[in-house]
Amino acid sequence: MAFLTNFYAFLFYFAACVLVAGLARKIIQYALTPAPLKIPTTPAPTTQRGVVLRMMREVVLFESLFRGNKWTWIFGWMFHFGLFLVTLRHLRYFIDPVWFPIQLVQPFGIYGGIAMVVGLAGLWARRFLVDRVKYITSTSDHLILGLLVAIGCTGLLMKFVFHVDVVEIKTFFLGLYSYDIQPLPADPLLLLHLLLVALLMIIFPYSKLLHMPGLFFSPTRNQVDNPREQRHIAPWASKLEQR
Amino acid sequence: MAKATFKVPDLTQYTEVPAIQPGAMAHSQPFIAKAEFQEPLGYPGELVENWQERAIEKMGELLGKYRSLRVYMDACVKCGACTDKCHYFLGTADPKNMPVGRQDLMRKVYRRYFTLAGKLFPKLVGAEDFTKEVLDDWYSYFHQCSQCRRCSVFCPYGIDTAEISMAAREIMDAIGVGQKYCNEIIGKVYKVGNNLGLPGPALIDTLEGLEEDVYDDTGVRVRYPIDQEGAEILLVTPSADFFAEPHVDGLIGYGKVFHEAGISWTLSTHASEAANFGMFIGSYENMHRVAQRIREAAIKLKVKRIVFGECGHAWRVAYSFLNTLAGPWDFLDPRYPVPQHICEFTYELIQQGKLKFDKSENDDKVLTYHDSCNVARASRMGNVPGGQFEIPRAIIRATCNNFYDMDEDTIRDRTFCCGGGGGLLTDDLMELRVKGAKPRLDALNNVIQEKGVTHMAAICAICKTQFSKVFPYYGLEMDQIISLHQLVGDAIVLTPGPEDDEPDDDDDDD
Repeated sequence: MAFLTNFYAFLFYFAACVLVAGLARKIIQYALTPAPLKIPTTPAPTTQRGVVLRMMREVVLFESLFRGNKWTWIFGWMFHFGLFLVTLRHLRYFIDPVWFPIQLVQPFGIYGGIAMVVGLAGLWARRFLVDRVKYITSTSDHLILGLLVAIGCTGLLMKFVFHVDVVEIKTFFLGLYSYDIQPLPADPLLLLHLLLVALLMIIFPYSKLLHMPGLFFSPTRNQVDNPREQRHIAPWASKLEQR
Repeated sequence: MAKATFKVPDLTQYTEVPAIQPGAMAHSQPFIAKAEFQEPLGYPGELVENWQERAIEKMGELLGKYRSLRVYMDACVKCGACTDKCHYFLGTADPKNMPVGRQDLMRKVYRRYFTLAGKLFPKLVGAEDFTKEVLDDWYSYFHQCSQCRRCSVFCPYGIDTAEISMAAREIMDAIGVGQKYCNEIIGKVYKVGNNLGLPGPALIDTLEGLEEDVYDDTGVRVRYPIDQEGAEILLVTPSADFFAEPHVDGLIGYGKVFHEAGISWTLSTHASEAANFGMFIGSYENMHRVAQRIREAAIKLKVKRIVFGECGHAWRVAYSFLNTLAGPWDFLDPRYPVPQHICEFTYELIQQGKLKFDKSENDDKVLTYHDSCNVARASRMGNVPGGQFEIPRAIIRATCNNFYDMDEDTIRDRTFCCGGGGGLLTDDLMELRVKGAKPRLDALNNVIQEKGVTHMAAICAICKTQFSKVFPYYGLEMDQIISLHQLVGDAIVLTPGPEDDEPDDDDDDD
């Protein structure tokens, strides 16, 4: 099984590099691109503190989506919050000793996994049932949903039906930190689960999953509404001034 | 009813979301600008030979200049929250008028030329070459967006289709495919000073006429000064205000407010236009050039404050961009924001008790108020967020006895565009304008039926023109849309000046 273990070790090194480098590249690109005009969607906060609150409401509660479409909000929020809990639960494989809050969150991570799959199913159903959403859906949208559902289902199956040796998995991942490749259990479900997760990490910086960093750079949401008080000018725009 | 060559939608109690009809509005295109309208703005006169290459190059340039465009091209997850928010989609059922459908026209080209996934797997991610067909679609559908930003309110990432349609128009201008209406108008501003091409002498004549009319009406000499050096305030207002009903009644109202405030003011022949169509075509350079005229006029006339008249996108450019485009304003009176909206000005006087109103003058009307999109979602009035909703309503309540708001879902930041904004207020887009007005008209019709509303007030020249044009298609009268400052002007109690005919009761103390 050395081949499989080595393959997965390489895969995760590669996926982590792509994820980190790809995201860093996009984040730097977003940060370096100027926003030459003040374009917050108003009413907008007039202070930086207000903007932080607005952004938190967007990130945590999906405030705008809530106003926009209740079904998409319910399913979308369920999926994202579920995924968040699942991620927290999974931290136990990557840290040793496991922090106390992560120990506390373990049972909720299981509910999170279920919520995540239910949410995804709802979102996917909309892509078939609502003619407008069906029209804007491309193949990649289905594939990404399929990928996430498969990750969720393989994970839940390992929890509820076909148990795997989680201690060995943890040893494998902790070993990766020090380039000490430990054997990975050759469980088909686990291998599939991990393969899909690695795939998700790889496509992240090249797909619509960029909505995650993108939100923080959205000028309609992150700008302070103070154009009369503070002059805002981009470097390229100031070249137009001949005074 | 006005005659239509297309089917005018039936008004419904609530605006229903239609089933999609692909291609329903593919035929709608505005006239293309000829060379004479392109060249003064610095654009090629006709489609350039290597247009595809030039367009992609321009797109790359804009992606590097505008973070909004860069982020919005990447961030959309196709969640569908925007799909039923655009008035043009609700009125036409064409799926390319769904905000995401419109954005995707550019996004598919972006993906093809600027993303790895689109270069490797175009079919999978919906990437497409920039072909002539795609360009045609662009010209058609990026001129079916009024840049009203309603979609951006509901998008979980704040994606603003206006930013994308502005960029698309700029790319098209750069390859020689401009829109006649906008580009001709910007040329007029450069040549004459305003959108309507009204020369200085015509303005002076109009204003003299107004002074006479107001005197005949009220017995009070209200001044409508222009090019008055040393005045306290420069008023910049859309040129429509000089030209026709219902706009000019607003201008009459502003003059009466200034009269009662006892503050000297002036218009300018050089900056005789508040509108800035440079925004509609997404051109920072042209927007900058138009805005500079206001700075020049303010310096020349040695004013201390700048106030803007009723105009929606003009207020966006004024409030959000003017400091950037034509600032800093350090030579003006620092006690006042630059610029101020005429509504802020009037409201402040009301708060200070300096204006007296006889509300019964407006008792022949039952009012509702239309929040203009650019004022509602792209600017502010007063000191607190949302002042742009409260201040105009407070003015209406101070001047009228009968006022009812339309359905909550269709006002304030959820307001529907009039259907004529964003550079689409042209007769060659009449079908689009009539259909796009449906959601607003549905809500208006509701308060007409239920509350007996007779008039709708607005603070935007485009809204006023659009409504007076489309109302007849829906069986309403064109004069049911009025300027907010008409209400002010009609209800205000004027104080006679020394040269006015006063009731002769104390002749003996001179």
